[in-house]
Amino acid sequence: MLSTEQFKKDSFSALNNPQLRGNFKRAMSGLMQKRLAVFSDDQEFHKLREIGHSIRANALQKLPDLLQQLESNCNKNGIQVYWAETVDQANQLVLEIAQRHNAKSMVKGKSMVSEEMELNHFLEQHGIEALEADLGEYIIQVDHELPSHIIMPAIHKNKEQIAQMFHQKVEPSVFVESAEEMTAIARKVLRRKFYQADIGVSGVNFAVAETGTLCLVENEGNGRFCTTLPPVHVALMGIEKVVERLEDVPPLLSLLTRSATGQAITTYFNMITSPRKDGEKDGPKNVYLIMLDNGRTQMHSDQLLRETLLCIRCGACMNHCPVYTRIGGHAYSTTYPGPIGKILTPQMKGLHKAGYLADASSLCGACVEVCPVKIPITEILLRLRHQKEEDKGNFLLTSPKTWKAGASDLVWKGWETVFSNPEMYRLKSLGITKLGNFTPRWMPVLRNWTSVRSKPVFAKKNLHQLAREERLSYE
Amino acid sequence: MNSSAASRNNILTRLQQTTGVLQKDSGNFTFHEGRSFDEGKRWPAEEKVLRLKRMMEAVHTEVHLCGENTWIKTLCSVLEQKQIRKILYGAKTGLAQELGKLKQDSPEMIPELIDYKDPIEESKDLLFEIDAAITTTRGGIAETGSLILWPTPDEPRLMSLVPPIHIAVLYASDIYSTFREAMISENWSSEMPTNALLISGPSKTADIEQTLVYGIHGCKELVVLVLQ
Repeated sequence: MLSTEQFKKDSFSALNNPQLRGNFKRAMSGLMQKRLAVFSDDQEFHKLREIGHSIRANALQKLPDLLQQLESNCNKNGIQVYWAETVDQANQLVLEIAQRHNAKSMVKGKSMVSEEMELNHFLEQHGIEALEADLGEYIIQVDHELPSHIIMPAIHKNKEQIAQMFHQKVEPSVFVESAEEMTAIARKVLRRKFYQADIGVSGVNFAVAETGTLCLVENEGNGRFCTTLPPVHVALMGIEKVVERLEDVPPLLSLLTRSATGQAITTYFNMITSPRKDGEKDGPKNVYLIMLDNGRTQMHSDQLLRETLLCIRCGACMNHCPVYTRIGGHAYSTTYPGPIGKILTPQMKGLHKAGYLADASSLCGACVEVCPVKIPITEILLRLRHQKEEDKGNFLLTSPKTWKAGASDLVWKGWETVFSNPEMYRLKSLGITKLGNFTPRWMPVLRNWTSVRSKPVFAKKNLHQLAREERLSYE
Repeated sequence: MNSSAASRNNILTRLQQTTGVLQKDSGNFTFHEGRSFDEGKRWPAEEKVLRLKRMMEAVHTEVHLCGENTWIKTLCSVLEQKQIRKILYGAKTGLAQELGKLKQDSPEMIPELIDYKDPIEESKDLLFEIDAAITTTRGGIAETGSLILWPTPDEPRLMSLVPPIHIAVLYASDIYSTFREAMISENWSSEMPTNALLISGPSKTADIEQTLVYGIHGCKELVVLVLQ
């Protein structure tokens, strides 16, 4: 459930869960180190991400044209293209395709758009078995959990927890301790599913407009299974995923795998351009592409917010986020956690529902420094915060929210007055240095801070006084 | 499906109404900069082979550098060492001719050769039960240690995915320095195949506590014979 209260509650309980914090800290430090090792040349990184940014920005600028070009090339190649404005429409399209082919079971490779759609849940409701085939996604699906990271969905669990899960919930119900043995069990179970599945579903990492090619990046091979073995393949993509030329792919691929997991490249890079042709012996006979909006055109309409759509879903921003590392992915209760989630979710779900997520940042900017396509995440956060406060002005006067917003307005007005008037500023500094340390811990407002931290000690002399004593000249 | 046409119209209309560019426009970006992305990454033939070998070995791949005349011997020892009894192959390739000849001359050295001759609907059991597959490759990429495969009717897509062992034959002369160099030199964008693949090692996962494990869904072992 999305609410400030729930978020605070969940963050608090995550902070008090040493196991969870340990799992995340270990994983995030590992990922940061691996990334650093493959971007050892700072100059190369800056050059490469400049290129990455430009390729994505170029695509966004030409978005309507490129989407039409992609559609027409896909059609030419035999891939059927559908458009959906909402997740409900996208789910309905998948269901109609499934029904058309009398499908009873679906296997799915990792796809964040399918998470936006909550596709598994939807299909199960309509009597179609929907199975995750990525190992991490499979583990959490069996345990009825949600992903806590966009690249490593089961990162919140440690080996012992996963071993327990296999023992209790996966045939043949044996207890094995090593990751190798657990992987072997999953391989067996999922191969049977690939063998039987009527439909394979996948995401799309890049869609190339000039050739009508869908590109998939993965290590496990489940993506290749889902897109090759079942007779029908449905690819799901957000409308921002298109790039103009095939040549745009290598730099983005390099940025993606290195930023995500510190790999020079993943095991498989899978480029799909058509269904099975006459004479070919495998591959799906029908390939469908569903392109989803779900708030993206709205983001596209604003020059700053549009930069949210540059994202290539590498997850580096969450790996480097001090907030994410401490509270973990689940506290956010959203499809996309961490910094990218804080700017994506409020725009997808609406500021009135998820705007509070924009507050869950110290604006330290670590995410901005590592982002491979240079999304100005902190600027967008600030924009959303402002927007949220402005929107509150439209609430009814009697609503407590309005009063809170009014009080916040008043505080900022006061701050503005003091900081723009030298006399007032001096008076404030004097007050704090002389009286600041006498304020009690339990004072309203201050106690929000002191309830979990020690009270700050104010210096006896302020910066101006110290500078004067040191005879520092004005800069 | 009716909703799709309306959605298409609404989405495109909204996008077309948006004018202007990104706030931090990268208008100074030119095509040329994209081209320079991998400049300086061009290695001489020998170095490309060594680099590919090093990169692939780092991700659990067995790479054998062979001479044009000795590769059969290397292959035989790989087959024997891995105790491969049945191997899937594409019967119409040049590779198949070599294998067939050898099978005739010294049948004890080569396991049972099985052709992927029927569509997957009839070949599923065969594919899921066989020990290994041997395929040709279209080329390699030195920078990342990758094989380029464009599966064909004779060597279909699942050969490099389903059997637990994949043996790939690569000509050293087909190794490019970078992915970009390969796609530009061969003008891929003029006609992409049904499926093009880069394969860089056996399948792997790190989804259980970041422990790297090879052989999750795709092949467990990848053997590359580089013919120099």
